[in-house]
Amino acid sequence: MPPDTGTTRSRRLRTASLWRLRSYLRPYTTRLVLIWLAALTGVGIGIAVPLIGREIIDGPVAHGDSGALLPLALLALALGTSEALLVLLRRWLLGEAVLGVETSIRDDLYAHLQRLPMGFHGAWQSGQLLSRATTDLSAIRRFLGFGMLFLVLISVQIVTVTGLLLNMYWPLGLLVAASALPIALISLRFERRYVDASRRVQDQQGDLATVIEESAAGIRTIKAFGRGPYVGGVFGREALKVYRTAMEKVGLSSRFFTFLEVIPNVTLAVVLLTGALAVGSGALTLGTLVAFTTLMLQLVWPISALGFILVMGQEAMTAADRVLEVLDTEPAIVGGTDAVGRPRGHLRFEGVGFTFPGTDRPVLRDVWLDVRPGETVAVVGATGSGKTTLTSLVPRLHDVTEGRVTLDGHDVRDLSLAALRTMVATAFEEPTLFSMSVRENLTLGRHDATEEEIAAAIGIAQAGFVHDLPWGLETRIGEQGMSLSGGQRQRLALARAVLARPKVLVLDDTLSALDVETEALVEEALRRVLRDATGIVVAHRASTVLLADRVALLLDGTIAHVGPHHELLARVPEYRALLSAGLDEPLDEQEALL
Amino acid sequence: MSGTTEKSPETDWRGVAAENQDELPERISFLLRARSRRLLAELLRPYRREIAVLVAVIVLCNGASLAIPFLVKVGIDSGIPPMASGQGPGTLVTVVAAVLVAAAIQAATRQVFLRRAGRIGQDVLLELRRRVFAHFQRLSLSFHEDYTSGRVVSRLTSDIDAIYEMLESGFDGLVTAVLTLTGTAVLLLVLDVRLGLVALLPLPVLLLFTRWFRRQSSITYRRTRETIALLIVHFVESMAGIRAVQAFRRESRNQEIFAGLNVDYRDANVRGMRLIAIFSPGVKLIGNVTIAAILFYGGWLALGGQVTVGVLAAFLLYLRQFYEPMQEISQFYNTFQSAGAALEKLSGVLEERPAVAEPRDPVPLVRPRGLVRFEAVEFSYLDGTPVLPRMDLTIPAGQSVALVGTTGAGKTTLAKLVARFYDPVAGRVLLDGVDLRDLDDRSLREAVVLVTQENFLFTGSIADNIRFGRPEATMDEVVEAATAVGAHGFVAALAEGYDTQVGKHGGRLSAGQRQLVAFARAFLADPAVLILDEATSSLDVPGERLVQRAMRTVLADRTALIIAHRLSTVEIADRVLVMEGGRIVEDGPPERLVRDAGRFAGLHRAWLESVSDLPR
Repeated sequence: MPPDTGTTRSRRLRTASLWRLRSYLRPYTTRLVLIWLAALTGVGIGIAVPLIGREIIDGPVAHGDSGALLPLALLALALGTSEALLVLLRRWLLGEAVLGVETSIRDDLYAHLQRLPMGFHGAWQSGQLLSRATTDLSAIRRFLGFGMLFLVLISVQIVTVTGLLLNMYWPLGLLVAASALPIALISLRFERRYVDASRRVQDQQGDLATVIEESAAGIRTIKAFGRGPYVGGVFGREALKVYRTAMEKVGLSSRFFTFLEVIPNVTLAVVLLTGALAVGSGALTLGTLVAFTTLMLQLVWPISALGFILVMGQEAMTAADRVLEVLDTEPAIVGGTDAVGRPRGHLRFEGVGFTFPGTDRPVLRDVWLDVRPGETVAVVGATGSGKTTLTSLVPRLHDVTEGRVTLDGHDVRDLSLAALRTMVATAFEEPTLFSMSVRENLTLGRHDATEEEIAAAIGIAQAGFVHDLPWGLETRIGEQGMSLSGGQRQRLALARAVLARPKVLVLDDTLSALDVETEALVEEALRRVLRDATGIVVAHRASTVLLADRVALLLDGTIAHVGPHHELLARVPEYRALLSAGLDEPLDEQEALL
Repeated sequence: MSGTTEKSPETDWRGVAAENQDELPERISFLLRARSRRLLAELLRPYRREIAVLVAVIVLCNGASLAIPFLVKVGIDSGIPPMASGQGPGTLVTVVAAVLVAAAIQAATRQVFLRRAGRIGQDVLLELRRRVFAHFQRLSLSFHEDYTSGRVVSRLTSDIDAIYEMLESGFDGLVTAVLTLTGTAVLLLVLDVRLGLVALLPLPVLLLFTRWFRRQSSITYRRTRETIALLIVHFVESMAGIRAVQAFRRESRNQEIFAGLNVDYRDANVRGMRLIAIFSPGVKLIGNVTIAAILFYGGWLALGGQVTVGVLAAFLLYLRQFYEPMQEISQFYNTFQSAGAALEKLSGVLEERPAVAEPRDPVPLVRPRGLVRFEAVEFSYLDGTPVLPRMDLTIPAGQSVALVGTTGAGKTTLAKLVARFYDPVAGRVLLDGVDLRDLDDRSLREAVVLVTQENFLFTGSIADNIRFGRPEATMDEVVEAATAVGAHGFVAALAEGYDTQVGKHGGRLSAGQRQLVAFARAFLADPAVLILDEATSSLDVPGERLVQRAMRTVLADRTALIIAHRLSTVEIADRVLVMEGGRIVEDGPPERLVRDAGRFAGLHRAWLESVSDLPR
C-alpha cells in the first residue's frame, strides 16, 4: 500500500471526504426533499401521539367526559396510520436513492481504476482496491441510507422533545437540556479514538483481502509445496490483527453505548423527584408530569441510538476517505489528442530512459532505436535487462522518464490512448486470460472481428486446439486459462495480438513455452504477419531472433549493439554468450553423446 | 495436455447461466437454512456456558431497563399522593433511589454484555475465517479451477462482512429486542389483564407478517450474495489482468460488463430495501393501531374508574417500548437475512469435499528415498477422454528422468499424478511403496515438489518467496539455494538484494527472474522427488545453462522428473521417456535413444537445428 494512506490526515479532512461525495446525491434531489419531509413529519407525529395520551388523561378521564374520548382515539389512529405511511414512503424512496449513489460511485471507481496506469496497479494491493469497492462503499451506503437521516431525525427529535419539555415545565426541561452536555463531551472524545481504530480495521481488512486473493490465485504453488497450513498461518495472523482492532472497537463502543444509556435514566430519576415536588406544590398537574415522563422516555432510545449512528458515520467517513484516495489519484498516463492519419508504423526510441518510481537505479538509459515501417527488430538481453520494460513503453503501459518514443513522428504521449493502443498490440510472455469464452479472449482487442479473421489468427498461432475444446470457441476457459498448458495459453495470447491487426506488433518472448515443432510452424506463419507490420520481438533463443531483420542488444540498460544476427554473433562476445550457448559448450557435450 | 477437459460436462462452460440459486424450491431452501443453522450452532457451541451467562446478564439488564418506567408509575401513583397529603417524600425518595439502582444495574450489565457478546462475536468470526480459509486450501485444484479466485475472495470478504455486521449490531439488537418484547408482554398482562390482552391481540398478525417477510427476503438476500460475488469476480479478474485490459483497450467493454453486474447487485439490494420499506412501516402501523385502541379502551376503563391513571400512563409507555424494538428488529432483520444468506454460502463451501481426499489413516514417510511406481495407472478427466490408458512405470530412487513428447502426450498429467494434484481413475501411484492416497499430506509435500511454468510469487521480499519452500530456513540457506540455481547473481545486483519487494504477483521481477526465484524455492524445499514441468522456458540461454549445471549436483541424490521442450535438459537425465498418446513409446538412456534413430532421435535433431543459428 502506498505510504500516503491518510492516517495522518486530519479529522476535518475526513469529514470533508464524505462531504465531497455529495455530488452523487444530486440526481436524487427531489426524492431527498420528499424523504426529508416525510421523515420530519413522521417525527412530528411520533411526538404528537403521546400528547394525545395526555389530552385523554387530563380531558375525558379527569372530567368524566366520555364523548370526547372517541374523537381523540380516532385522531390517534389517523396520526398513527399516516406515520406508518410516511415511513413507507420514505424508505421506498430512500432505497433506490442510496443504492443509486453506491452504484454510481462504484462505477466511477472501477472506471478510474481502469484508467490508472500499471505503475499504480503495481504499487497497490488488489485486496486494498477490492475492499474499497465493496466494504467501504457499503459503509457509505449504510450511513447515507440510514445513519445520516437518523442522525438528523434523532437530533431533531431530541431538540424538539427537549423544547417541548422546556415548554411544558421549564425548570425540569432545563434539567433535561443540561444532560446533553456530558453526552456531547464524551461523544467527541470517543469519536477521536474510534475513528482511528476504524481506519485501522478497514486497512487491515484490505490486507486480509490481499492474502485471500493471493492464496486463491497462487493455489497451485501452495499445493505444490504443501504450504496450505503455512499460508493459513499467515492468514491467521492477519485475521488476528483485524480481530484485535475490532476488539478495541468493541471495548470503546461498549463503554460509550453504556454511557449513553445511563445519562437519560439518571436524568429521569432526578426529573421524577423534582417533578413530584412540583406536583406536591401544585406547580405541575399530574397529567403534565405523566406526559413529561412519557416524553422523556422517548429520549432514551434516540440518545442510545446516537452512539450507534455516530459509529456508522465515522465508518462512512473513513470509508469515503479511503475511496477518495483512489479517486484522487490522477492517472499518470493520459492520452493526448493527436491521431495518426495513415499509420505506417515507424517506431523510434529517442534517448529513452526509464526508472521505476521509488527507485533511483534506471532500468533503461539513453536508448536509441529506429524501427522502420515493416521492419522487425529483435531485442535481446540478459534476464532482467529491461526488455519487457522497453516494449511496455510503446503502448504506454509505462511512460518514459527520459527522452521519447515516437510513432510515425508523433510522440506517443501526444497520441490518444485509443489510437495508440489500436496501432500497437502486444503478446505478453505471461498471457493474461480471463474466465470468459475463448472467442472473447481472442477478440479482446477487436470485438468486431469476423469468423474468417478469427480463424486466420488461430491458424497463425497454431491454436487449432481450441476447436477440440468441448464447446469450441464458446468454451469458457478457466480463470487465467489455468486449465490450459503454458504453450496453449501463449498461443492464445499470440492469436489475440495478431487478431488486433496492429501496425506495431510486440512479441514479448511469446514462444518460450512452445515445443520445437510448434514453434517452427508459428514462426513460419508469423513471418507473413510481420511483413505487413513493424515488429518488436523479445527473444531468448536464436530461432526466435531469426524472425527479425535486425537485432538490438540490451546491455546495462542501453542498446549497445544493433545489427544483423550473424554480424553480432561474430562481432559481439556478449551476444554470443547470450544466444549461442546451444552451439557452445552444451553442444560439444551433445556431440560427445552422439 | 489438453487440460480443459478436466471439467465435468455438468458444469456450465459458457458461464451464461450463472448459478441461478435465488429462486429455490421451498424444500431445498429449508435444507439450506438448516445447514447454515447447524454451522452457526457449531460455531457457537464452545461458548454455550458464556452465552447462558450472557442471557442471564441481558435478562437482568432488560429487567432493570423495564423497571424504570414501572418505577416511574409507582412514583406517580404512590409517591406523590402522600406528599400532597403532607406525609413527606419518604416513598418517593425510595422510588427515586430504586430508579438509580436500576439504572446502575442496567449500565453495569449492559457494559458486561456488550463486551462479552462483542468478544464472542469476534471469536466466532475469527474461527469462521480461519476455518473457511483452511478449507479452501484443502479443496482440490479441480474445485478451484471451477470456482475461480474471485469467488473465494467474495466468500471470505463480503460474506464474512455480512456476518460481521450481524454480530456487531444485529445480535445485540435482536437479543435485546426479543427480551424486551417478552418482558414487556408479561408486564402488560400483570398490569392489567384486559388492557394487556387488547395490546397483545395483534401479535398473531405480526407473526404472520414476519413470516412473509422472512420468506421473501431470504430469496432476495440469496440473490444479493450471488450478485456481489459475480461483481467481485469480475473486479478481481480485471484488476489482475489490467495490463492486458489496457493494452487491448478492453476498458469500455469491461465497464459495460461491470456496470451490468453493478446494476444486478443494486436491483437485488433495492428489492431487499423495498421489502423492508413494507415490513418496517407495517410493524409500525400495527403498533400505532394498537396504541389508538388502548387509548380508547384504556381511557374508557379509566373513565369508569376500572384502571388508575398511572396504569394507563404506564401502558402507553410500555406499548411504545413494545413496538419500538419491533422497529429495531425490522432494522436488524435485514442484517440477519443477509448474514443468513452468507452463512448458507459458507456452509456450502465447508460442505465441499476435496476430490483428492486426505487419507483416513495417513501413513507418514520418515526418510523418503524417492522410488516412484505407476501400477496399471489409468487416468481420464471427468468428461471421459482418456489421457493415460494404462501406465506401468518404475523410477528408481535417485534417477533423473526426462519426459519428452508432443503437446497432449500426457507428460503434465503424469507429473501431476506424481504430485497428487489428481488421483488416478484406476491403478495406483506409489512412492517408496506407499500408495499416494494413503500418504500423509505433509510427508507427501515434503517428499515431492512440482515446479511449473506458472511461477506465482507472493507479496513480500525475494527472501520470503524463496523461503516459501522451507519457511524455517535461515538466511544463509536461502542464499545458498539461490546460489545453487544461479539466481544469486541477479538478486545481489538489486539495490535491496534479498529484501527487494517483488510487488503484486511478482510484477517487479521479469519472467526469467521469477522463474529463478521459483527454482530456488523448490531447491530449498529439498524434496526427494523433484518435478520440473517446463520450468526453464523463460530463462535465457546463460540462465538455463547455469540451472543445468546446478541441476547436475542438485539432482544427484534425488529422483527427478523433467519435462522440457528444450532438449538441453535431456543431457542431465539418466533416462528418457518418450510419450505419445498417453503411452511410453521409447524408454532408455539418452545416448542409446539417439543411436536407435526413433522418435527421440528425430526430436533431438529438430532441436539441434533450432538452437543452431542457421535459418531453416
